[in-house]
Amino acid sequence: MSTQKSIAPAAPPASPEPGAAVPQARFDWIPLALLAGLAVLALPLIGSPGSWATLTLAGLAMGLIIFIIASGLTLVFGLMDVLNFGHGVFIALGAFMAATVLGALGGWVASPSLALNLLAVGLAAAVGMAVAGGVGLAFERVLVRPVYGMHLKQILITMGGMIIGEELIKVIWGAQLTPLPPPEGLRGALLLPGDVAVEKLRLLAAVVGLLVFAGLLLLLNRTKLGLLIRAGVQDREMVESLGYRIRRLFVAVFVGGSALAGLGGVLWGLYQQGVTPQIGAQVNTLIFIVIIIGGLGSTLGCFVGALLVGLMANYTGFLAPKVALFSNIGLMVAILLWRPQGLYPVTSR
Amino acid sequence: MSRAPHSLLSLQDVHTHVGAYHILHGVNLEVPAGQLTMLLGRNGAGKTSTLRTIMGLWSASRGEIRFDGQAITRLATPEIAQRCDIAYVPENMGIFGDLTVRENLLLAARRAHSIEQMDTQRLDWLFQLFPALKKFWLYPAGKLSGGQKQMLAIARAMVEPRRLLLIDEPSKGLAPAIVLNLVEALRELKRSGGTTVLLVEQNFMVAKALGDRVAVMDDGRIVHSGAMAALAADEGLQQRLLGLSLAAHQ
Repeated sequence: MSTQKSIAPAAPPASPEPGAAVPQARFDWIPLALLAGLAVLALPLIGSPGSWATLTLAGLAMGLIIFIIASGLTLVFGLMDVLNFGHGVFIALGAFMAATVLGALGGWVASPSLALNLLAVGLAAAVGMAVAGGVGLAFERVLVRPVYGMHLKQILITMGGMIIGEELIKVIWGAQLTPLPPPEGLRGALLLPGDVAVEKLRLLAAVVGLLVFAGLLLLLNRTKLGLLIRAGVQDREMVESLGYRIRRLFVAVFVGGSALAGLGGVLWGLYQQGVTPQIGAQVNTLIFIVIIIGGLGSTLGCFVGALLVGLMANYTGFLAPKVALFSNIGLMVAILLWRPQGLYPVTSR
Repeated sequence: MSRAPHSLLSLQDVHTHVGAYHILHGVNLEVPAGQLTMLLGRNGAGKTSTLRTIMGLWSASRGEIRFDGQAITRLATPEIAQRCDIAYVPENMGIFGDLTVRENLLLAARRAHSIEQMDTQRLDWLFQLFPALKKFWLYPAGKLSGGQKQMLAIARAMVEPRRLLLIDEPSKGLAPAIVLNLVEALRELKRSGGTTVLLVEQNFMVAKALGDRVAVMDDGRIVHSGAMAALAADEGLQQRLLGLSLAAHQ
């Protein structure tokens, strides 16, 4: 036990004096300006302001779903340097659980009551997240833990895990497309002034995405657990030297990230109105583009990167559908040429 | 007749391998409670490796490390830090650059869950020792100067009372004025009593100014240990152990 109890004299409060000029970091607005710049640039190319607004809102909603899926992956990589190419399996699990739960709640789904519709989607999301989180726990224990620190083996084993996951999904739900029609009250679009149409489902996805973003920001910036996650992304050895068990923290983040991927899978499946066992693999490319653009380990970067990718996919899908996928890879290359560590690099990496 | 202080930390025939390299070749070291022990030696002598092995960042392949009589050789780093109540300042300082000064200190305060729960008197004491930390309280630590980062690293180790501080070359690459500031802070820590310190240092002037005891390493072994005052008074021994000349002292 230490005897250091009364080393300091009675002292004023330990925070800087109110009103004193306290240097603070300037927020880097340039990536957000890039987001706005992309939207402004698209306006003359698309021509009609109504179509532009519709595409912009659709792109932002798509981006927010991608953010939900990718946010866990970027923290998993940042914390433990784990390249999880099997993240897609959690997306597929979420989407298939949604198909199962919403299928079982046929009465609520077909009901004209929006409250019942939302309750059904909420239940589907809860089940999707729980199953994806549970499988994430097993995935970490069995596949990821033996290959800490070995990138090549991580890529091989997690891709293998995803293939096995896909095959198991085929055994349970079949290889064919499973329809996932949105509940009655979430079909169709809201018409806003100026011929702007916003699909109700995308609106829901956008609200959920913003809530997840706000929740993550609160967790990471306002709680000690969040501080530990951010510190662990920068220097996990030092976090351990301070007395915190980073392995437990990593498992919690892995499970949380898997559950968020499950939630994203529910929304993505509803957005696509159907689910195939390959749904995870299809989204995998996009989410890796997003976390690389954002800066590995950065939640804010992941958010801005996801919105950029969502907007780019929608604009190019409208203007030149043949280059839609290439456009996002082109976007990634351009951003990496400008900022090789991504939009918001984690400084110690 | 005063009794000799008991060893808080004891290393007995500790060997460490990192990959194929045999780094420590049987380190025997006693760190007396309540005293400041300097660990000196030329570059590559094994000083940093010794601290890393004590912290469990590299595991000892042979030998035993005891803290207050209890074996800690096989414990993981977080257990060592928590159970033995150790603060460790690595050579690279281990500052979380994306976190503010305030957040860095909050993380080091294991007992506090929020800034409001931190010991304000102790924080104020740290602000008196390192005024820059108060000025840059809300500033990202990565943007501080090298000296300010080192101050933050030391302050982080002192933010709560600890039984043992392991500090790796705090004066490395710093301007003399900053080094004096750090020496003053460590003197203040000594004056406050109760804390045991094992301090790795290349700067012999710093070692002389602070050390109660000294251990000198060479080629992964302790080749000399004793009172700091005895080594400081014996230039021949310094020359033989550390390659120091009178010019180096001045």
